[in-house]
Amino acid sequence: MRLKVNGKTHEVDVEEDMPLLWVLRDELGITGPKYGCGIAVCGACAVHIGGLAVRSCSLQVGDVSGDITTIEGLGSPEAMHAVQAAWVEHQVAQCGYCQSGQIMAAASLLSANAEPTHEDIDRTMSANLCRCGTYLRIRAAVKTAAAKLRERKT
Amino acid sequence: MSRAGKIARRTFLIGLAAVAGGVGVGIYAYKRTPANPLLAGLERGQTALTPYVRVDQSGVTIITPRADVGQGACSVLAALVAEELDFAWEDVKVDPGPPSGAYYNGKVLAEGLPFAAIDDGFKARGGRFIADVLGNFPVAAQVTGGSSTVADGYEKMRVAGAVAREMLLLAAASQTGIAKADLRTRNGAVVMPDGRSLNYASLAATAAKIDPPATVKLKPESEWRYLGKAMSRIDIVAKSTGTAVYGIDLRMPGMVYATVRTNPRLGGGIKGYVAGAAAKAKGVLKIVPISGGVGVIADNTWRAFRAAKLIKFDWGAAPYPPTSAAMFETVAASFVPARQDSRLKNEGDVEAALAGNSVIEAEYKVPYLAHAPLEPMNTVVQLKDGRLDIWTGTQIPTFLVKRAVSVTGLRAEDVHLHAQISGGSFGRRLEDDYVRQAIELAKALPGRPIKMTWTREEDMTHDFPRPLGMARMRGAVKEGKVDCYDLSIACPSVNASQFGRLDRSIPLLSYVPVLSDVSIVAGAWDQPFKIPNYRVTGYRVPELVPVSSWRSVGASGNGFLHECFFDELIHAAGADPLKERLRLCWHEPSRKVLEAVGEMSNWGSDLGKDRGRGLAFTLSFGVPAAEVIEITNTPRGIRIDKVFVAVEVGKVLDPENFGNQVQGGVIWGLGHAMNAELTYADGIPQQTNYHAFEGMRLYQTPLIEVRALTNANEIRGIGEPSVPPAAPALANAIFAATGKRIREMPFNKFIDFV
Repeated sequence: MRLKVNGKTHEVDVEEDMPLLWVLRDELGITGPKYGCGIAVCGACAVHIGGLAVRSCSLQVGDVSGDITTIEGLGSPEAMHAVQAAWVEHQVAQCGYCQSGQIMAAASLLSANAEPTHEDIDRTMSANLCRCGTYLRIRAAVKTAAAKLRERKT
Repeated sequence: MSRAGKIARRTFLIGLAAVAGGVGVGIYAYKRTPANPLLAGLERGQTALTPYVRVDQSGVTIITPRADVGQGACSVLAALVAEELDFAWEDVKVDPGPPSGAYYNGKVLAEGLPFAAIDDGFKARGGRFIADVLGNFPVAAQVTGGSSTVADGYEKMRVAGAVAREMLLLAAASQTGIAKADLRTRNGAVVMPDGRSLNYASLAATAAKIDPPATVKLKPESEWRYLGKAMSRIDIVAKSTGTAVYGIDLRMPGMVYATVRTNPRLGGGIKGYVAGAAAKAKGVLKIVPISGGVGVIADNTWRAFRAAKLIKFDWGAAPYPPTSAAMFETVAASFVPARQDSRLKNEGDVEAALAGNSVIEAEYKVPYLAHAPLEPMNTVVQLKDGRLDIWTGTQIPTFLVKRAVSVTGLRAEDVHLHAQISGGSFGRRLEDDYVRQAIELAKALPGRPIKMTWTREEDMTHDFPRPLGMARMRGAVKEGKVDCYDLSIACPSVNASQFGRLDRSIPLLSYVPVLSDVSIVAGAWDQPFKIPNYRVTGYRVPELVPVSSWRSVGASGNGFLHECFFDELIHAAGADPLKERLRLCWHEPSRKVLEAVGEMSNWGSDLGKDRGRGLAFTLSFGVPAAEVIEITNTPRGIRIDKVFVAVEVGKVLDPENFGNQVQGGVIWGLGHAMNAELTYADGIPQQTNYHAFEGMRLYQTPLIEVRALTNANEIRGIGEPSVPPAAPALANAIFAATGKRIREMPFNKFIDFV
C-alpha cells in the first residue's frame, strides 16, 4: 500500500491491521513517534493526519486516509516549527521521550484554536502523559507558541 | 607503559589531590589502578588528554559517563568540563564513553551507610571515604543514582577540564615559542598576544606528548561563564524535534526485532509453553527459550508482539504470597525483635515518656509502585565472531559488562557496551534483567543485530517495584509540645533484593544483603529534629516481590510516614506545624529551608473557606527539602492549587534544569500518592498499563514555586529530594482542609481528586 509521510510517498507491504506506529518506526525508519503504551492512553505516538493529531499506535495502517506528518515533518533542528521553538525556549524536555507526542498534540491544538484558553490547553494536553513531570513548562510553551503564531498572522 | 598511559595516571593523582588534598601516599595507590579508558578506543587522529576529554580534527568531545535518563546528567557534566576547558557551549559534543572503573562514582555507595548525610563527625567522614575507595577499587562502581552525579562530578569534571586546558596551553607555547604566561584561551582556542589563535584540535597532538601539570588551579566562582547560570540543555533541540535517538530507536543493517515473555510471577519460572500458531505467524524468524520464558524474534516489533500473544504458557507459582492482602499480612507480622534491622535513632527514653502519658497511636501503609518509564525496557545486541555489542540505556555499565561476561563466557574486552540516552528510568535501569534477556537472544541468533523491546504490559508486570511497607507509630505530647515520637517501619530490603541480583562476580557486593539496610528507614531516622524522646526502628520484612530503587528510594515512602504522624502529634499538641518543626530543628540549613517555605507560602495567613495548607519536610540525599501545599476542597473533590518548595543544595549549577527537576519530583511524588499502586492477584501485578497506573496529568498540575537555598558547604544533587515531602504535604493539607487523616497511599482510595 501507499503512504505519504512528511511529503514523501512510500510503498509498504504490510498487513492492513499493523498499527501505523510500527509501519513508521520499523518499516520506514521514522522514529520520532514513540511507543509508550500501545493503547492510546499516553500520546507518545501522536502524528498528524490531515493536520489533526492521532494516536498512531492504535490506528491500523489500512484505515489511514490522508497525508501523514510526523514530528520530523513538523520542523527540523535547522527550521523549527513555532511549537518546537517554544519547547526549546522553555527548556521543556527532561527525558524527552513523550515530547514528540506533546508537540504534535500542541501543534494540532493551535492549528484548530489560535487562542486557546488555559482550560483549552489543559483539556487537550492532559491526554498526553509525561512521567518526568514537565507539565508546567508544556503549558507555558503552548502559550508562547500560540502568541508567536498569532503574531506571524498579523 | 605508554606515555599516554602515564599521563592518564597522573591525571588521576591530580583529581584526587583536588578532592582530598593532603591525604597520605598510601591512599593514592587505589587511584592509580584505572588507566585512561579512552586510549584503547582511540581512532586515528584522536587524542585523549584526560579520561574526560577527547580531541580530534573535528573538535573536542567531552566524556559524560553517567546515564542521562532525563535528569540532564550529560549537560551538567559537560558544562563542568567546558567551564574550565574554556570551550564554547554551542560547540560541545558529548559521548558517554566506554564502561570503566575510571568513571566510578565516589558518592553513591555512601548513601548506604548508617550515617546521616548531615553528620559531619569523624566516623561518618571516615565511612564516606571508605565508600569512595570501595567504589573505585575493587567495585568499579560506575553507577548513576542517589542524586549523586553533581556531587561526584563537581570537582572531578572541572579538574579534567583544567588539566586539558593547561596541556593545550603548554602545547601552544611549545609550538609557537611564546611564553605560556602570554597565552590565553577563548572558546576552544589558544589566543596569542597578537590576536591570532590556534584551535584546540590543532594543538591536540602536541598536547598529548606533554606531561600534565602537577597541580591545577580552578577558576573562582566569580569568573564562571556557564555554571550558576541558566543553560540550554545539550539535548534540548534534538528532544524538541524528534531527532534524539534513544536505544529503542536504533536501526542497523540486517537488524531483526524481538520481544520476550517471562513469568509475571517474578521468579516463578516456566514449566512449559506451546508456540502453536506463533511459530508460523507472519514475520516470525525464531522462537527461543530464555531464562524463565520465551523470546520471539521477527522482522518487525509489532509482529513479534503479536506472535508472542499466541503462545500458551504454563507458568510456575509465585515464590511469594499471591495477593497484596497476604503480603501486607507478612509485613504486619514483621514488627518483632527477630526481624529488627536497625535502630539508628534512639534518643531520650521512649518507653518512659509513653508510660506516663496518653499515647497517640497510628498505623500507616504504602503500596508497591512501578517505575514505568515511558520508554519500555529494550536493548539492541549483536554477538558476532566472538564479540558482543550491546546498545542500551543503563545506570550500571560496568556491572552490566560483568553480567555479559557471565552469560556469554566472553572476555570483558570482547564485550562492547554503547550507552544510550533513556526515556526515563527513575531507578529502573539500575537493573540488568532486560539486557540479560537480549544477550540470551543474541546467543540463540548470533551474527545479526537484534532489537529486543518489551511491551508496556511486560514492562508493568516485570518491574522490580518500590516495596510496600507499613509503619506503626506511638507518640505523646506535653505542655503544647511534641515530647515523644516512636516510629517503627517494616519493609522488605531494597538493598538485599537489588544487590542480590547483580552479577555474582562483582566483588564485595554479595555482602550487602546481610548488612542492615539503611533504606528501610532512610528519610525517617536521619531527620534533624531534637524531639526529647525519639526513636526510629527498622524491621526487615522477608523478601516478597523482588524490589528495587525507585526515585528517592527509602525516603519515597518514609517521608510520608514520618511527616504525617509528626503532623498528627503537632496537632495533638495544639501547636503550629511550622513553628513546632522550627522549634525542634537543630540543623541550621534545614531551619532556613523551613523558614523560606513559610515565607513563600505566607504561612499562617487565612486561606478562606474549604481551603487548607499542609507542610512537610524531608532531608534525603543530604538535601533538606520543605514543601507547603495549598488545596481546595471542591464539590468535585480535592484540587491542588499551589506548591511551594524550598531546598538546600549548597550550590545550583543550572537554575533552569534545577527548577525542572524540582517540579518534576513534586509531580512524581503527588501523582503516585494520589492514584497509583501496584496490587497483586494470583502473584501477578493487576495494573498492566497507564490506564490503571495514572500518575498526574496536566489538568491536575498545581503551580509549583521553587526556591533554592545555598547555605550549606557541600554541593548536592536534586534529582530525588523534592519527591519525599510532596505526598505528606498533600495529606497534611487534606487534613487541614477536611479534617480527614489519610494514612495510606494512594489517597484516591479515601478521597476524590478533581
